[in-house]
Amino acid sequence: MKLKVKAFGVTKDYLGGKEAVIEMEGRTVGDLRAELNERYPQLLGLRSLYIAVNRDYADENRVLEITDEIALIPPVSGG
Amino acid sequence: MIKITEKHIDVQKVVDTVSSLAAGAVNVFIGTVRNNAKGKNVVWLEYEAYETMAVAEIRKIIDEASHRWPLLGWAVSHRIGTLKPGEVSVVVAVSTPHRKDSFEACQFIIDTLKEKAPIWKKEVFENGEEWVSARPELAAKA
Repeated sequence: MKLKVKAFGVTKDYLGGKEAVIEMEGRTVGDLRAELNERYPQLLGLRSLYIAVNRDYADENRVLEITDEIALIPPVSGG
Repeated sequence: MIKITEKHIDVQKVVDTVSSLAAGAVNVFIGTVRNNAKGKNVVWLEYEAYETMAVAEIRKIIDEASHRWPLLGWAVSHRIGTLKPGEVSVVVAVSTPHRKDSFEACQFIIDTLKEKAPIWKKEVFENGEEWVSARPELAAKA
């Protein structure tokens, strides 16, 4: 499946922009994480990386749809 | 009121939105940009938010706070974009009948916001820049 992934904070630097299109075999958030780690190994150096689906933190076994809004959430530092 | 804004935050206006005749306390947290980090001078900060999700997460925090404390009014305003030292980055205001609840609720809201809201800051120094707390070796005091 082909997914659009939004990037924020330091992940924008790693992915080379605010959005990347990822094509992968699997269907879950965990599959997407594995694919992203392979393409962008710098992600493995982060303190944490959450994946948000439709503006909510998602579990690794969440099944993705091509219409989902997917975003990478590196360690937050607001306030 | 939940607001993510690129414009200067007028603290008094945020405070005014929580006023209530039934309130005996208004508690306000004002976050400001510090001019130093890890012994280096900070020239400015770049704040970025995943705005729609940040609003949704802050809404959840407010809902939780409303269950735990008798909030009469509440407001959260967070700045994004380029901020210089001394500028206000975030304001949390709550009003409650009595002061103890106002302190606790205000602290809960800002602490949980810092932990969960998808908002990021990049420190720009005189000779370099870094996203705060992103990598373990940089995760000193955010």
